Amino acid sequence: MIKNKKRLMFFKMISLSLLRRRSRMIVALLAIVVGATVLAGLVTIYYDVPRQMSESMRSYGANMIFTPDGTDSLTDEMIERALSYIPARDLDGYTPYRYENTTINKNPVTFAGVDFDGVKKTAPYWNVDGAYPTRDGEVLIGANVAKTFNLGVGDKTVAVSSIEITEDVDESLIPDYEIIEIDGVKSADHELPIKVVGIIQTGSSEEDYVYLSYSDVEYLTAKHRGYDLVEVSVNSTGGLESYTTSISNGVEGLRAKLIKHVAASESAVLTKLTSLIFIVTAVVLLLTMICVATTMTAVIAERRKEIGLRKALGASNLSVVGEFLGEGLLLGGVGGILGSVLGYVFAEIVSKNVFGGSITFLWWLIPVTIIASVAVTGIACLIPIRSAVDVDPALVLKGE
Amino acid sequence: MASLLELKNVSKIYGDLHALDDVSLTVEKGEWVAIMGPSGSGKSTMMNIIGCMDKPSLGQVLLDGKDISKESQTSLTTIRRDKIGLIFQQFHLINYLNAVENVMVAQYYHSVPDEKEALAALERVGLKDRAKHLPSQLSGGEQQRVCIARALINNPEIILADEPTGNLDEANENIVLDIFRQLHKEGTSLVVVTHDPEVGEVAQRTIRLEHGKIISDEKNENFVE
Ligand SMILES: Nc1ncnc2c1ncn2[C@@H]1O[C@H](COP(=O)(O)OP(=O)(O)O)[C@@H](O)[C@H]1O
Ligand SMILES: [Mg+2]
Repeated sequence: MIKNKKRLMFFKMISLSLLRRRSRMIVALLAIVVGATVLAGLVTIYYDVPRQMSESMRSYGANMIFTPDGTDSLTDEMIERALSYIPARDLDGYTPYRYENTTINKNPVTFAGVDFDGVKKTAPYWNVDGAYPTRDGEVLIGANVAKTFNLGVGDKTVAVSSIEITEDVDESLIPDYEIIEIDGVKSADHELPIKVVGIIQTGSSEEDYVYLSYSDVEYLTAKHRGYDLVEVSVNSTGGLESYTTSISNGVEGLRAKLIKHVAASESAVLTKLTSLIFIVTAVVLLLTMICVATTMTAVIAERRKEIGLRKALGASNLSVVGEFLGEGLLLGGVGGILGSVLGYVFAEIVSKNVFGGSITFLWWLIPVTIIASVAVTGIACLIPIRSAVDVDPALVLKGE
Repeated sequence: MASLLELKNVSKIYGDLHALDDVSLTVEKGEWVAIMGPSGSGKSTMMNIIGCMDKPSLGQVLLDGKDISKESQTSLTTIRRDKIGLIFQQFHLINYLNAVENVMVAQYYHSVPDEKEALAALERVGLKDRAKHLPSQLSGGEQQRVCIARALINNPEIILADEPTGNLDEANENIVLDIFRQLHKEGTSLVVVTHDPEVGEVAQRTIRLEHGKIISDEKNENFVE
């Protein structure tokens, strides 16, 4: 009962001191709120970023490729078997590529047969000016090809493939072509009228190719053939190596590889981000501490008479220190509560703008933020509060 | 029975300066004593020593028969808390606490805060309806009355007042003196430092200090009990 009344008075005094001297304490509170916000915000981002990074990294393209291993090309059956090693929920998409050399206006160009729906998944970074092809004869061309042949969206031209008539040529695909025979080698120039519907920019080798459907490539070359490369997008943060090993071992004539540069840069960026978050948080908390310590020093200097009075009324050094520390810790607690809420908002905004995703709420971060703010404030108060001990109660009898 | 307060050959020396110079003085329980003297004569120094906020350089101070001149800082704090009520020229109210809360602070350090008792003390100085006002919302006279209520709240052996009317106008001075009269009637011991003759005259006994020495110690013949 007696203890309760004293405790009540203690909380009344420290809270009224903060509440009724708001303008004095607002700067310190603001510093604590900023510190707590940055702490809570960055920790939230830190915990959420690996997940978001792997999502956004995947949006930078495929992270695994299949190539022929001792065979001429990959068949649909081989690809299917290879993909069966990856759980369906982890398989984001895949695109087989069939490359063929052809000419436009007698200049050599590499044509790539693709499935455009697959490309949208495995190469979402393709920046297409125009549209993706939807019917036979429509093509996407790389920006370099567009420049070389002076082609724009909507332009039409003709691709010409010089076909050597060998056993693997399907002559039903070239019924009316004039077959020329020179020194016993039979050949035909096979033409495919094409229409440019889009131009792609990637800043990379994709700009040197012409992309079209598999059936167009087959028609142009008059050959049935498998694929030269499969790009695969796998949705997983780890364990990709085990997939590639078991696929390479399990599928004869096919080799699976990770596209290393993406995987490596992902973890390099994460490491850098972690240390950046650590440094920024430490610096901000240090600034918070300095600001709180400065405010507390000023507050104690201002309140020397009050401290003298409390001592004159019988307060021990311990209780004076306790009261100022109580004010500091209360301020730290309030700042921590505000900061943990604002930190979540801050993380959400950063996440939306930088990663385009939303953040998971970490409930345990609320007590952690509050405890951290209280601790930071407490440490910041220690040195200024020690000077309260030196105040002489006789001060109250001295004139101004 | 021992006297309430006894100073035996007390000196307070700052370097070459004898702020108090071999002062001896006895105050009985229930007495109302005024201490007068020009500025710098040692009045506040004497109050500090009586009020357990400072120790004499030489001599003995007996409070309730107990020698306090050799006590540690901590036990002086305890003695001050239990036996002494202080009234100041500058009131020294805590500006973020209202009148009744200011009175309760003294209870808090002494024993237990009790709002009812604190309100009763304010009623005694005629401030019951001002209990919830902050010091900034009170006049000087009202602030001094809160200060008096705070000094009274723990039923001290002795009330020490240093220039209690120094910052007040005549009307408020009279209110404060009326309260002192009332306290004296109730048996409270009062030591009042003042340079104001009117405040000195109404006391039971007047002691004059000059250069740290007592130059006169007289009963007031006109004193009305
Ligand atoms: N802490 C101190 N250090 C040095 N001199 C002091 C100190 N306190 C008071 N004095 C000196 O002691 C003398 C008496 O001071 P004080 O008791 O405050 O006088 P009064 O209250 O009568 O005006 C003055 O000359 C003052 O300057
Ligand atoms: Mg003085």
